[in-house]
Amino acid sequence: MTTPATTPDAMGAAEVVPGRMSRWATNTALALIPLGLALLASAVILALLGVDPIAFYRDIITAGIVRESGRFDTITRMAPLLLIGCGLIYAFRASLWNLGMDGQYLLAAAFVAGLGPSVMSSFPVVIGWIVLSLTAMVIGAAWTLVPSILKARYGTNEIVTTLMMSFIGISLAVMLVSGPFNDPGPGPQTASLPREAMLWDLPGTSIHIGVIVALAVCLITYLVFARTSFGTRIDVLGANARAAVHMGIDVPRLIIVAFLVSGALVGLAAAIDIQGVFGYMRVDWNPAYGLAVVPLVFLARMNALALIPFAALFSLLTIGGLYAARRASIPSDFVLLFMGILLLFMVGTQYLTDRRARGESIAPKALLKGLRRG
Amino acid sequence: MSGPLPAPPHSSSDVGTTPAVELTDITKAFPGVIANDHISLKAMPGEVLCLLGENGAGKSTLMSILSGLYQPDSGSIEIDGRAVRIDSPKSGRELGIGMVYQHLSLIPTLSVLENLMLGSNPGLRLDADAARARMDELSGTLGVTLDPEATTGSLALGQQQQIEIIRALWKGSRVLILDEPTTMLTPQGIAELQNVLRQLKANGLAIIFITHKLHEAIAIGDRITILKQGRVVGDIDGDVISSSTPHQLQQRIVGMMFGERQTATTDIAELREEAGVERAAHGISEDVVLEVIDASAEGAVGQHGIDAISLQVHGGEILGVGGVDGNGQQALAQAIAGQQRLGGGDVRVDGSSVRDLNVSERQRLGLRYVTDDRLGEGVVAPYAVSLNMVLKRIGQPPFWRRGAIDRDRINATARALIEEFDIRTPSEETRIGALSGGNIQKSLLARELSFEPRVVVFNKPTHGLDVRTIALVRERIRSLAESGVGIVVISTDLDELVDLSDRVAVLFEGRIVGTVDVGPGAEARIGELILGGASPA
Repeated sequence: MTTPATTPDAMGAAEVVPGRMSRWATNTALALIPLGLALLASAVILALLGVDPIAFYRDIITAGIVRESGRFDTITRMAPLLLIGCGLIYAFRASLWNLGMDGQYLLAAAFVAGLGPSVMSSFPVVIGWIVLSLTAMVIGAAWTLVPSILKARYGTNEIVTTLMMSFIGISLAVMLVSGPFNDPGPGPQTASLPREAMLWDLPGTSIHIGVIVALAVCLITYLVFARTSFGTRIDVLGANARAAVHMGIDVPRLIIVAFLVSGALVGLAAAIDIQGVFGYMRVDWNPAYGLAVVPLVFLARMNALALIPFAALFSLLTIGGLYAARRASIPSDFVLLFMGILLLFMVGTQYLTDRRARGESIAPKALLKGLRRG
Repeated sequence: MSGPLPAPPHSSSDVGTTPAVELTDITKAFPGVIANDHISLKAMPGEVLCLLGENGAGKSTLMSILSGLYQPDSGSIEIDGRAVRIDSPKSGRELGIGMVYQHLSLIPTLSVLENLMLGSNPGLRLDADAARARMDELSGTLGVTLDPEATTGSLALGQQQQIEIIRALWKGSRVLILDEPTTMLTPQGIAELQNVLRQLKANGLAIIFITHKLHEAIAIGDRITILKQGRVVGDIDGDVISSSTPHQLQQRIVGMMFGERQTATTDIAELREEAGVERAAHGISEDVVLEVIDASAEGAVGQHGIDAISLQVHGGEILGVGGVDGNGQQALAQAIAGQQRLGGGDVRVDGSSVRDLNVSERQRLGLRYVTDDRLGEGVVAPYAVSLNMVLKRIGQPPFWRRGAIDRDRINATARALIEEFDIRTPSEETRIGALSGGNIQKSLLARELSFEPRVVVFNKPTHGLDVRTIALVRERIRSLAESGVGIVVISTDLDELVDLSDRVAVLFEGRIVGTVDVGPGAEARIGELILGGASPA
C-alpha cells in the first residue's frame, strides 16, 4: 500500500520546483496522461468484447453529463465518495489503514434511517439534520475505537481489526434494520423519512445540499494538512513513526484521534446519503463504497482537493457507465475495470516521473542493462 | 551427504599446514570510509581464530566478504589452498563456509526440523526423514541434544544458536564463522557454546570467532587477530597465548588496540590533578545542570537497558559515555530525552525533576537530544529541511500560531540556521533526505542547539561522517561547552571520547563500571573498562 507514488506531500516535500504554475502543469499532465492511456486500453478491451468504444464513451458522457438528470445524479453521487475519501485521508496519511469504512458507514446509516423519522418529527428540520448527522458521526467514530485502541496500545494490525469490525458492523446494521428499526409496513426496511424532512436541493436542481457539505469538508481537510499543526503531526506519524516519537508526538493518542476523525467522516457520509438521497434503509442494502474510494484516495495522492476531480470522474463513470453498459449489454462492472486500469497507469506514470526527478533514465533498468551488454 | 563433516581434501600430511581459509590483502571501501584496508588473515583446521576489534573496526565487513555478501575491491581468498571467488552467499555455502550471525535468523513459529529444512531441502517435496538423519548426525558432532519437533521460538537462545550452527554446517562446512555469538547468551549458554566449539575443533573445523570482548578472545581463541579501523594491528599466536598470563595478554592487546604509549597506568591522584587543571581552564561551573539518579529503563530487543545509573553533568562540562554498542547507550539517551519511560529513578534538569515531562516539554526546558539514528528517527526524510528544523516544536509559537503554520517564519528561521551551521543545501525547501549525511547531522545540530539549550545529549555525534564534518561537529560541541551548556557525549569511539570529554563514564551491560577523568593514561584505563567491564586493579 505504500508505493512511492502515494507518499503524502508535506510542505515543500515536492522536489525543487521552479514555480507554482509549472507544478500545476506537471500535476495536470500527470493526471491526464494516464487517463488518456486508460481510455485507450479500455477501448481495446471494449473492441475485443465487440462493443464500439466511441459509442460507449459517448453514451457515458450523454447519460452522465449532457442529460440534466444525469448531471445532477453524477454530482449528488460525489458526496459520499468525497466524505469517505476525506475520512480515509485522515487515517491513511497517518499510515493507519482504516479498511472498515463499509461497516462504519452502514451502521451509521442504520441509526440515521432508524432514528430519523422520530428525530425529524420532534425537532425543526435543520436541528434534526444536525442531530442525526452528529449521531452518525459518533457511531462511525465509535466503530473505530476497538481497532484504534488495540493499535495504539499493542500495535495490533489495524487492517485485520478494522475489517473484522466492518463485518460485525454490517451484520449489526442488518439486525438493527430487521429488528428494532424495522417498520412493520412494507418489508424488511426502516420507515421512510417524510419528503419535507429530506435535505433541501440546491435551487433549480435535484442536487441536495449535502454535496456542499462534502465539498466544504474537502476544503477543510486540505487546509488541515496544509496549514495546521494537527495535520503536520499526522503526516509525521505517517511518514516515520519512530521520528514521531523522537519529536515528542503523543503517538498513541494521535492514532486514536486520527481514527476517530476518520470514522466520524465516514458516518457523516452515511447521514448525508440517507437524508439526502435514500430516506430509508432496506436490510439488504449496502452500497459498499469502501473499496471504490480507496483507489480514488491513492490516485489523489491523499490530497483532499485532488480527490474532487477523481470522485467526479468515478461518479460520472458510475452513473453514465451504468447506462452505457446496459446499452452495450455488457456488465456494469466495466466501470471498476476502467478504474483499475487507470490506477495502474497512474502509478506507472508516477514511478517514471519520480525517476526522472532523481535524474535517472525513465527506461527500465533491466532494459538499459541489456542494451549495454548488447 | 556422507559423514558429519567432509574429510579434508588433502593428504593427511598437509593437515595443519594448509589453512582452511586464507585472506590476503583484502580491501573494501564504502563511500567515505575504508572498511577493510589490506587485511590478511588465516584460519587453520582444528583451531579457533578470534577476531577482536571495536565497533567499526571492519569485522563485520570482512565476514560479509567471506560469506559472499560483499565483493572485495582487491585481494584474494583461498580455501584449502585453492583460490576461490565467493560471489554470493550460496557459493559461500557451497565452498564450505558456514555463517552464524549475531542476530538469530530462525523462524520462531516453525519447528526445529522445519527451520533446518528451510533453504536446504532440494526440490519441492520436504524430505523430513533425510533431514532428521542429518540433524541427528550433526547434533552428535556438536555434542548436543535437540528435539526436532520443538517449536523454535520456545527454545532458549543458546539452543536456538545451536540450531543456527547446525544449519551452518548442514552442507558440510570447512569453516564456521560466528559473529559476536555470545551477545545474547546467558553465562550457561556461553559455557555450552564453548563445549560445542571444542567438539567442532576436534572434528577438524576451522572456526572464526568474532568478538569485541577481550576476556572472551583470551579464553576461547587459539590465535587472536586484532583489527582496528579496518586494519590488522596485531596477531597473537597460540604459543604466546599459552605462555602468557591473562593479565599480560590483556595489557598487550590493549596496547595494540589503543597504542603502546598509553598502557602505562598513571597514578589516579596524578590524573585527578591534571583533570582539575583542565577543569579550571574550561570554566566548568559548580552548578549541576543534569542529574541522573538511580535511573533504570528497558532496552530494545537484543540490547541492554540501563540499571540504576547515576550521572552528574555540570554546566560547561562534557561527560563522555563510552562502551561497546548495545550496552545501554540507547536506553540512557532515550530516558534522558524523554522518549522512553524510566522504570525507576529520576532525571533532573537544573535541580527539578523532568520525570513526568514529555519530549517537547523537556525540549522547551533546554534538554536536547541529538540522536545517532539520523535517518531512522532524527529526520522525516521526504520533508523540507526547514520543516525538519522545527519538527520538535510542532504547534508551538512562533512557528505555529493558534494551530496554523507560519511558513514564512519557519523558512526565515531555517535560512538563518542554514547559514549559521553551514548546511549545504540547494534551498531550505529541499527535502532533507536528499542531503549528505554530514549535512543532515548539521541540520539536527541546528534544530537541537538553537533556542537556548541547557543540556545536550549527543549520541554518536560523528558516526559515519567524513573527516571535515567530524572536526566541525567536535568544534561545535566544544564551543557549546564553553558557553556553559552541560553536555553528554555517548560514543563508541575511544579517540573521540578522550578528545572531547572532561570525564568518561563507561557503560557495560547496562551499568556504569567506572568513571575516568581524562588525562594522561586515561585511554588505556577506559579501554580496559570498555572491553572487560571489570576493573583489573
